[in-house]
Amino acid sequence: MTIRHHLSDQLLMAYSGGNLPEAFNLVVATHVSLCDECRALLASFDAVGGAILADAEAATMSEDSLASCLDRIEMLPQATTRQPLKRVGCFPAPLADYIDGGPDQVKWRPLGMGVKQAILPTGRDASARLLYIPAGQAVPDHGHRGLELTLVLQGAFRDDSDRFGPGDIEIADEAVEHTPVAEDGPACICLAATDAPLRFNALIPRLAQPFLRI
Amino acid sequence: MQADKEETDWAALVLRVRDHQDKTAFAALFRQFAPRVKAFLMKSGADAALAEECAQDVMATLWQKAHLFDPARASVATWVFTIARNKRIDALRKARRPEPEDLPWGPEPEPDQAEVYEAQQDTDRLGAAMAQLPAKQRALIERAYYGDLSHSEIATETGLPLGTIKSRIRLALEKLRQQMS
Repeated sequence: MTIRHHLSDQLLMAYSGGNLPEAFNLVVATHVSLCDECRALLASFDAVGGAILADAEAATMSEDSLASCLDRIEMLPQATTRQPLKRVGCFPAPLADYIDGGPDQVKWRPLGMGVKQAILPTGRDASARLLYIPAGQAVPDHGHRGLELTLVLQGAFRDDSDRFGPGDIEIADEAVEHTPVAEDGPACICLAATDAPLRFNALIPRLAQPFLRI
Repeated sequence: MQADKEETDWAALVLRVRDHQDKTAFAALFRQFAPRVKAFLMKSGADAALAEECAQDVMATLWQKAHLFDPARASVATWVFTIARNKRIDALRKARRPEPEDLPWGPEPEPDQAEVYEAQQDTDRLGAAMAQLPAKQRALIERAYYGDLSHSEIATETGLPLGTIKSRIRLALEKLRQQMS
């Protein structure tokens, strides 16, 4: 897999700092699972956190702090070896964990023209959904308010200027207004997250919007 | 190694906790890191009581998960930071933060000493670079790690030398991928 479109430093630092909405956390974790370049950069951002912690001015601990901590350790259950989460089909482990399975387990809802989506349960400050776009169909939304991340898991989509294949992530903000289309071949499956209510340019989907919870 | 004699080898202390449940080693780690974790959590908005509670929790996790610490990949400070960050998210934000897929590399029984040395030095090098930044810029980066800055408020340019750390990890990942294929 040759990944050409990566996460931004901003997103990686915010993920490292633990300050992204859950829906974005899911997209970042899923992309990093596929992309060694971003995994390495994330490790460097974690190291910045380490440097900040190391330089923090020491706070005063309560008097019996160490003793209480040792007591606490005595009470700890034997560390269980956590079963590592597994990838299912084209869904990396963090995503497979969310929907408890792979593409076959997704509860798709039709959006018309063969396009389907499934909204994932996340915190309310941003929303995440899976999209299924047959070859030749337009990727829904893509006029944006706020920030929208679209991660390709299978197939590809392209617009006039660029192509996004498996593992590629498109980072779009207000400035982006285009209509990417799924490439020929297998249907394009994407994980998308946005921190704004989605908006449709076409009339029909706009009318349908309240009923689709998006 | 070339390490300054004055410097404590924190990574070796974690390994003593891992291999021998060594309470003296743990006490030294506790004295160094618990007060800093507490300060870090208070800067993130926890009151003193909650920060104390969480700092003890973080140190207990260090004991319990010592077998997962990989000294060739990250310094003890970086590892403790990731534990503290996750505790903060659990305690203050109650949001989920999915982790990337685990890689099958785990800590090696006999890690390469040069790699360990490099990884442990990262924190000092970054700390020195942070100290060189203009105060305003440094404060902004710190706020991002205290969870006090949204992604859109984070500066795109950190001014920090992340390239060397990134290349080192990237190289290790390439080696791992070759071994796996």
